[in-house]
Amino acid sequence: MSYSITEPSRAQKWMAGILVVAYAVITLLPLIWIIATGFKSPSDSIAYPPKLFFTPTLEGYVNLFTTRTRQTAEFLAANPPQTWYQEIVAKYGMVIAGPSRFGERFLNSVIIGFGSTFLSVFLGTLAAYAFSRFKVPLKDDLLFFILSTRMMPPIAVAIPIFLMFRQLGLSDTHLGMILLYTAVNLSLAVWLLKGFIDEIPREYEEAALIDGYTRFQAFRKVVLPQAATGIASTAIFCLIFAWNEYAFAVLLTSGNAQTAPPFIPTIIGVGGQDWPAVAAGATLFLLPVMVFTILLRKHLLRGITFGAVRK
Amino acid sequence: MQRTSIERVAAATPAPVARRLTGLSDRVIAWIFVAPTIFLLLAVNIFPLIWTIRLSFTNMRVNRPNEPVEFVGLRNYQRILTDPDIWQTMQATAHFLFWTLALQIVIGFALAWLINRKFRGNDLWTTIIVLPMMLSPAVVGNFWTFLYQPQIGLFNYAVGFLTGADPSSFSMIADVRLAPWAIIIVDTWMWTPFVMLICLAGLRSIPASIYEAAECDRASKWRQFWTITIPMVLPFLMLAVLFRGIENFKMFDLVVQLTGGGPGNTTELTSINLKREAFEKWRTGYSSAYAIILFVTVFGLASIYVKALNKVKSR
Repeated sequence: MSYSITEPSRAQKWMAGILVVAYAVITLLPLIWIIATGFKSPSDSIAYPPKLFFTPTLEGYVNLFTTRTRQTAEFLAANPPQTWYQEIVAKYGMVIAGPSRFGERFLNSVIIGFGSTFLSVFLGTLAAYAFSRFKVPLKDDLLFFILSTRMMPPIAVAIPIFLMFRQLGLSDTHLGMILLYTAVNLSLAVWLLKGFIDEIPREYEEAALIDGYTRFQAFRKVVLPQAATGIASTAIFCLIFAWNEYAFAVLLTSGNAQTAPPFIPTIIGVGGQDWPAVAAGATLFLLPVMVFTILLRKHLLRGITFGAVRK
Repeated sequence: MQRTSIERVAAATPAPVARRLTGLSDRVIAWIFVAPTIFLLLAVNIFPLIWTIRLSFTNMRVNRPNEPVEFVGLRNYQRILTDPDIWQTMQATAHFLFWTLALQIVIGFALAWLINRKFRGNDLWTTIIVLPMMLSPAVVGNFWTFLYQPQIGLFNYAVGFLTGADPSSFSMIADVRLAPWAIIIVDTWMWTPFVMLICLAGLRSIPASIYEAAECDRASKWRQFWTITIPMVLPFLMLAVLFRGIENFKMFDLVVQLTGGGPGNTTELTSINLKREAFEKWRTGYSSAYAIILFVTVFGLASIYVKALNKVKSR
């Protein structure tokens, strides 16, 4: 490489590297602590000073997935634990009464997350294509309108949505939450996708049209494959939003369609929150996003700045 | 009139061929493609907004369905704007907004500047720094209450270790003076990476040739920083501030899990206050007016800000 006066010197790079890594380690500490606490016993989790080294146990995970009841010593002696997880709770003089609701809540998050992502990307791609290629009347106003829907505090729209859902029988249903999250995500999806589609040269479609494709065929066979990466990274953003959303979930769902974020903070043990179980739930819930982020960093990081800088 | 080449080709060919060329007319396709999005946004965003406006002039309470709903005019608005408690929450929100933005700009820009030194492995470390903003604020906020526990919490222990203070002598969440900072710290931890990424995009958009020219003119590094780097990154930075500002004005999930607005109402940001009025006290009409006031505030501030931003951009 040729010498460049604007290239930072070796010493500069080292200094910068050390500072950034130091910040990254501090940033990471709370996340490492969540994962570690999930494998601690309740007494280790509240030890002073905080324990960095401990014997890992799956108690937190067992408590996360089960409900337990206290039993007398005679009962426990008469019914010795059969499995490793029964053994863990037997140490505390308890037996497993049944599964907890965590599994259901997690499944709800998956259904609502993927459902709304699919729908917002599907509708968003169509709208973005139209905005990118056709003369839509009042285009700029519509685009601004789409963007401005994001300025509403969720609590502000939650009041009439709560009333509307109650009227339509959508409150606490998967469908209701999917539609709601789709609407919230659509604005971002349209803006991001429009940016991606704008980048695809029009000539490709025009060539296809002259070859006898209809608009639909040209859209499906020429534009969609070209926009695939953009669609995928938009989908990830929508999925992450729906996965993390809390305000609507806590206000509009309770028994049936509640997702994991409102549920995890309510995991209660003896005398307050059962921190290893909360941490176990948080780990299972957050880890997929962390892994996703690291694996797909190129597309994600581009998407964040792209979405922001475009607007 | 502007026409795409396909339209010119279509116009020049006989009608039956033209129809085969374009299938449905573009106009129809455009509407088919845009309509579902517009419909959904109207149904889930605009219709509720109009409904909120209507409710804001009434004394409706959702938990008392049998009570007659009366039109009360502007009384809700008047009560909100003269309520000292609401001004207290506005103040808490302003304090939160100011400090989160200030810290995130400074740290975010510094990090972006360092990462732009292009040391080895910088993209992996960037990703690690970005992790917190990808996570669920409610779940993470809830766990931070554990880190903030006096004595057993990691945060208190770390502060004790660094400053020599007794980790059990202070409680970030229960202390009236510390609670506002407890939420600022977590928000900064979570969202600095966002500002950093946008600054990084700004820094990377500056062509190297400008620095090379400055170098030829013997401009000092310090001068280059202030006359090239800062002005070129400023529009990006302002954009980051806009997004973070809007988001933090709406802030709900993180803070509700961290402090729930307490102790007292020291961290009761407007969204939390609004939730209390709407879904705990069930003052539907009153809270609708409150929601409208908040929306108008955000919208107004954002519009003014965007005007300023465009001025900076066009400079």
